[in-house]
Amino acid sequence: MKIEPITGRYAHIGNARVYFEEAGRGIPLVCLHTAGSDGRQYRAVLNDSSITKSYRVIAFDMPWHGKSSPPAGWEQEDYRLTTGAYTGMIMEFIREMGLERPVVMGCSIGGRIVLDLALKHARELRALIGLQSGAFVERYYDAAWLDHPEVHGGRACGAVAYGLMSPLSPEKERWETVWHYMQGGPGVFTGDLYFYQVEGDIRSRIGAIDTSICPLYLLTGEYDYSASPRDTEAVAARVKGAKMTVMKGLGHFPMSENPEAFLGYLRPVLEEIRRA
Amino acid sequence: MRWGRGMNETFMLQVGDEQYLLKVTDGKLALEKGPFVMRSWRFAIRASRESWEKFWQKTPAPGWHDLFALLRRGDVRFEGDQRVLMAYLMYVKLVLAAPRDA
Repeated sequence: MKIEPITGRYAHIGNARVYFEEAGRGIPLVCLHTAGSDGRQYRAVLNDSSITKSYRVIAFDMPWHGKSSPPAGWEQEDYRLTTGAYTGMIMEFIREMGLERPVVMGCSIGGRIVLDLALKHARELRALIGLQSGAFVERYYDAAWLDHPEVHGGRACGAVAYGLMSPLSPEKERWETVWHYMQGGPGVFTGDLYFYQVEGDIRSRIGAIDTSICPLYLLTGEYDYSASPRDTEAVAARVKGAKMTVMKGLGHFPMSENPEAFLGYLRPVLEEIRRA
Repeated sequence: MRWGRGMNETFMLQVGDEQYLLKVTDGKLALEKGPFVMRSWRFAIRASRESWEKFWQKTPAPGWHDLFALLRRGDVRFEGDQRVLMAYLMYVKLVLAAPRDA
């Protein structure tokens, strides 16, 4: 029998009951999951001893996601993520957990919000890593179908996530990534996409990011058509000092669709941050 | 295929000028080639022959590897009852990608 070194606990932050998993010691590394999924996506990072020997890796489930609770009264509201709520939640988690100048790494919506963190909280953070970062994605499909009584939300969300991955990624890991999507609550993916496709347009602001205060790394899988390499290049072109890498053969969920290939790209970045 | 279980619908696939009707009966697929006159379908998926040829490569290039990848680039059109398409999206995606392994 093998027991993984990951531990999971619940933190009460404000009115929220937030589930988080962690492993390792050292520099705090806070990992942000994608829209409509949860912290399980970072299992391979949490289990990588070459990372956890110098990093305390922490992945929390946003309220409404994974094992975190939705707020009281959730049944009476439409969940909608906004830039302010997202950034506020991350910084509150960091403060309440007592994490000193952590590295924050986020994917997709998380890759977007690290750009907002770079603008508003650069001095409180050691470095930022955006996976599949784009400043905005125009709507190209109607996310309302993912929260419709005559469409099975789990199946539809899973089908959307499935296509965003690389055909070169291992079947087992791709289908587990789909599974996480199939387990999301009704309307949660759609509510996250409100931030991603409607409210969270950060294009006009990213020019003000100062990477001399907080370094910004951008890693993007080449098969992603939601936040494509071209979208990330547009960010890198506007942010002086941003370091961008295109990850060959990977898609929108690099950390979970092909963990081994992703770790090959992440380890040198974390090593550079550690030595800086 | 498990994702088509319970599906009883006919949808149209257009490949350039050629039309196909895909009739699904509880997940079993029957393919009929057009041209058709006044035939009904629940939804249609239309793209150019060049787009489908890129989509059907054994290892498609980035941006050509998924139905919604074609949608994002504006190379595919959906018509008809989009709810049914979304309800069976996983099945439809897998069926459309099946020629890659043929």
